[in-house]
Amino acid sequence: MNWQYIWQTAPRFFQAALMTLELAVYGIVLSLLLGGVVAIFTAYKTPILNKISRAYIELSRNTPLLIQLFFLYYGLPKIGIKWSGFTCGVIALVFLGGSYMAEALRAGLIAVPKGQIEAGKAIGLNKIQIFWYVVLPQAWAIALPAVGANVLFLIKETSVISAVAVVELMFLTKDIIGMDYKTNEALFLLFISYLLILLPVAMWARWAEKKARSAKYGT
Amino acid sequence: MALDWLFQGQNLPRLAEGLWLTAQISFISVGISCITGTLFGLIMRSSNPFVRLLSILYLETIRIVPILVWLFMLYFGLAEWTGVHLSGLWVCVWVFVLWGTAEMGDLVRGALQSIEKHQVEAGLALGLSRFQVFYLIEAPQGLRRLLPSAINLFTRMVKTSSLAALIGVIEVVKVGQQIIENSLLTVPNASFWVYGLIFVLYFVICYPLSLLANRLEQQWES
Repeated sequence: MNWQYIWQTAPRFFQAALMTLELAVYGIVLSLLLGGVVAIFTAYKTPILNKISRAYIELSRNTPLLIQLFFLYYGLPKIGIKWSGFTCGVIALVFLGGSYMAEALRAGLIAVPKGQIEAGKAIGLNKIQIFWYVVLPQAWAIALPAVGANVLFLIKETSVISAVAVVELMFLTKDIIGMDYKTNEALFLLFISYLLILLPVAMWARWAEKKARSAKYGT
Repeated sequence: MALDWLFQGQNLPRLAEGLWLTAQISFISVGISCITGTLFGLIMRSSNPFVRLLSILYLETIRIVPILVWLFMLYFGLAEWTGVHLSGLWVCVWVFVLWGTAEMGDLVRGALQSIEKHQVEAGLALGLSRFQVFYLIEAPQGLRRLLPSAINLFTRMVKTSSLAALIGVIEVVKVGQQIIENSLLTVPNASFWVYGLIFVLYFVICYPLSLLANRLEQQWES
């Protein structure tokens, strides 16, 4: 192991890690938004939109991210729709993450007891107030562990986006192995980078799970 | 018609061949993982804290690092460190088995743990041996709780096997790329149709499995 090389290359890995994080943040925030909307459609069985949402969920869950990405990046330009690798990466990540988040949030929404909604009505809250003050906080607490697992999953899936020439951790590693033949050093830096990013998130997810359990059972 | 060329010559048979390889990677890995995962799940329930710590460490290490990173580590690293040259295909199977063992093990552990303690105790009180309790009480109930999530793991493996293309395995994605390159001049929008077709192919394989998992889950939940 050439430590000097590792030291020299570390800044480039830092840059790449930032790119990984940027992809992940866009992906996670937008999938939460998309997932939230889809979850409301499916949990409350909105006519028509419910059917469309189900179709979207099945399509996105049963196809690989790599193919979604290739279709966006190589396929769509042929019919005149051209996006950068980064944009394709984010869109694919949101297409995938949206359905996972939707399932997690839907489970939260339908787990809120009916009595809570009735109680809200009884004290004279309107529909929006009931949703905002009564249903949402409880649903969020129940959904949090699954959301946490999805966050972890989406950060890991950003590695696939290297396939459309976005210079994130995976792409840089491939580059270094190809250009400098520094396999050991590159793989070492790659492993460390992912650990540094993912360990805190994994610990947060575990904490969230405990928190959710105490929200549910009060222990 | 834009699609004619796709059905000409060897294009479709080659895609089918690639798809078969994809299926093989997933089938072999799932098959082995079912056995090793069950063993690992039983090991995870060991009362020895050291064994438990080791198995949690294994599970979490596999889980926290992206599969693509594992594929790269073994594909590029193994040759460098040990001099063993594995083909992309075998690297893929190895990584998938390591991954499958960890995930399946956790599912088996979860399924067994969800069986109420008093059932085991009732069995023991009836005078069944520990093995009989496992075989007659825990295994059948555990299997029902395990099967839907195991099928979901299988679909995840089928989907993830697409990553094999990135370490040079000639599976369906790679064949698609080759077909696109071949027809670059004659069919300029080849990539739209080929990737579109592969997209549909994966859906056709994975969707029935998801449906089955959902059906089983609903049926057995009651």
